[in-house]
Amino acid sequence: MTARHEAGRPSLVELTGVGKRYGNVIALRDITLQVNAGEITCVLGDNGAGKSTLIKIIAGLHRHDEGVFRVDGREVAFGSPREALEHGIATVYQDLAVVPLMPVWRNFFLGSEKRKGSGPLKRLDIGFMRGTAKEELLGMGIDLRDVDQPIGTLSGGERQCVAIARAVYFGAKILILDEPTAALGVKQAGVVLRYVVQARERGLGVVFISHNPHHAYPVGDRFLILKRGRSIGYHTKDEITLDELTAQMAGGAELDQLAHELESAGVKGAPELREEARDLGASD
Amino acid sequence: MSQTIERPSAPSDERLAARSPLRKLLGRPEIGALVGAVVLFVFFSLVADAFLRASSFSTVLYSSASMGIMAVSVSLLMIGGEFDLSAGVMVTTSALIASMFSYQLTLNVWAGVAISLVVTLALGFLNGLLYVKTGLPSFIVTLGTFFMLAGLNLGFTKLITHNVATPSIEDMDGFEQARSVFAANWTIGGVQVNISVLWWIVFVAIATWLLLRTRSGNWIFAVGGSASSARAVGVPVTRTKIALFMGVSFTAWFYGMHILFNFKSVQSGEGIGNEFFYIICAVVGGCLLTGGYGSAIGAAIGAFIWGMTSNGIVYAEWNPDWFKFFLGAMLLAATVVNLVVRRRAEAGQ
Ligand SMILES: Nc1ncnc2c1ncn2[C@@H]1O[C@H](COP(=O)(O)OP(=O)(O)OP(=O)(O)O)[C@@H](O)[C@H]1O
Ligand SMILES: [Mg+2]
Repeated sequence: MTARHEAGRPSLVELTGVGKRYGNVIALRDITLQVNAGEITCVLGDNGAGKSTLIKIIAGLHRHDEGVFRVDGREVAFGSPREALEHGIATVYQDLAVVPLMPVWRNFFLGSEKRKGSGPLKRLDIGFMRGTAKEELLGMGIDLRDVDQPIGTLSGGERQCVAIARAVYFGAKILILDEPTAALGVKQAGVVLRYVVQARERGLGVVFISHNPHHAYPVGDRFLILKRGRSIGYHTKDEITLDELTAQMAGGAELDQLAHELESAGVKGAPELREEARDLGASD
Repeated sequence: MSQTIERPSAPSDERLAARSPLRKLLGRPEIGALVGAVVLFVFFSLVADAFLRASSFSTVLYSSASMGIMAVSVSLLMIGGEFDLSAGVMVTTSALIASMFSYQLTLNVWAGVAISLVVTLALGFLNGLLYVKTGLPSFIVTLGTFFMLAGLNLGFTKLITHNVATPSIEDMDGFEQARSVFAANWTIGGVQVNISVLWWIVFVAIATWLLLRTRSGNWIFAVGGSASSARAVGVPVTRTKIALFMGVSFTAWFYGMHILFNFKSVQSGEGIGNEFFYIICAVVGGCLLTGGYGSAIGAAIGAFIWGMTSNGIVYAEWNPDWFKFFLGAMLLAATVVNLVVRRRAEAGQ
């Protein structure tokens, strides 16, 4: 449970002991997390672990009930996604990001359209938006043949990248990605991961949600592992290997349980399994 | 045997070849309707001698405008993902209100026109508000207001005039002036042209500009294509949808005024069923029933097809009873074409 603190500058986002209940369901408890500029913080965990709940708090969809939530060192509690956006926190949802039948450039600027002229002749600056969308996407390494094509014709990964490029262009300081690679094939996931790294190189703080350690480990700087609403590990990259991360995600407790069962069934090697579970520090 | 050397094409080549200008043209929502209109025009020219006369053409244009003015706003609403089944009777409501206020209170007709505008816009706002507040499909909400308005039209008219129609307002102050705005008839080169045809073209032009060149247009496509995505990026979804319902009520007022000043008296049972014709014009013109796709020009072509078919059948001296069968068949064909278009657009072909 180490949390390296950058001396002097406050983290972009900092959660301390944050908890959240839905009625009598405790979805999150005592979560501590930092997101720094130019860093990728990965949140890992199984289904129902509370990953989405955590990012919904940061994205302004829900308020936390316990603990402290700071942005740029100042305590906040967002009432709406708009407020989060105003603080430079942009969220990219897997399927909520785009309108499939609209052209790429219209999607890119949707909700923040650039206009020219005045009065009743105020109109979209189409040339600027087309050009900018193409340029920005090219800047992220996406070479579209035509920004006029409906965004639905792009692959899932490309679409995700457009949403990321868009958030970067509109000045997001913190980018939250909810399972951007979940529905993607190996190659597509690779493409998205490359853009996540690019966003970091542009100096953004990234929160990357995943339940796939193979996607998270290569790009992440910090890893928060959630289980049933609790943090069961918070590590910087130099403190943990991919194997350890995978094992911890699979759940030390589960391994322990499995060892028990195997042991009582008289299977050889069960004690070693149990030992390993204890080493991972999750057998409680 | 000659050997052909297979060269792997460079990735950039493969990309450039992907979208020819022809493809782009075929991707336009109104292209199917345009082809259909040309085919029907040629067809009726061949089977009906009377069809090609200038006077017939002016009749066709007038019928087209009588559907087209409403089809403009109905197509915008459909692109925004909603239906308005009250659109047909709302035209009558609007005309009744203007007629009744002017006549019963002996006011200048412009007072009735103004009151009617306010009330009709309020009706559109109410449709939008009901849709937004209840979260029910607009199909259901406006089905309710459709029956309510149909009942009120008949009920109030009988209560006030003891008749199913309103008395003529021809002699009232301001009538001629209002008529010249809403229902003037000009004779151009021996052919009568009604001003409603001009207004129709103006509305189509404005709607097209709105859709393709303004932020509001962007929002209309977005709320129809995916309301949740639009909301997530900060598009005011509620406001846009309510404005679209009010757009329909605005053209209902305008067309209601045309009817009032063209025919001087209003039949209170009129308008029922027209809402489907407006929807057919929009769909034949390329609007998707599911929203997010379509064009105002397409809806205009749809209205023109309506005008050609409804009159062409008469000129061909066929029994007009068949007209509705054609209309239904056309709607089905258009829906299938649209479905294919959308699949192609969405699945990347
Ligand atoms: N609105 C809600 N009301 C009540 N309980 C909720 C609500 N949202 C989430 N929960 C509960 O909180 C817990 C955490 O859910 P959350 O969606 O954060 O999980 P997750 O880690 O994102 O899972 P997944 O990988 O499946 O997306 C779950 O047990 C869930 O049932
Ligand atoms: Mg989730």
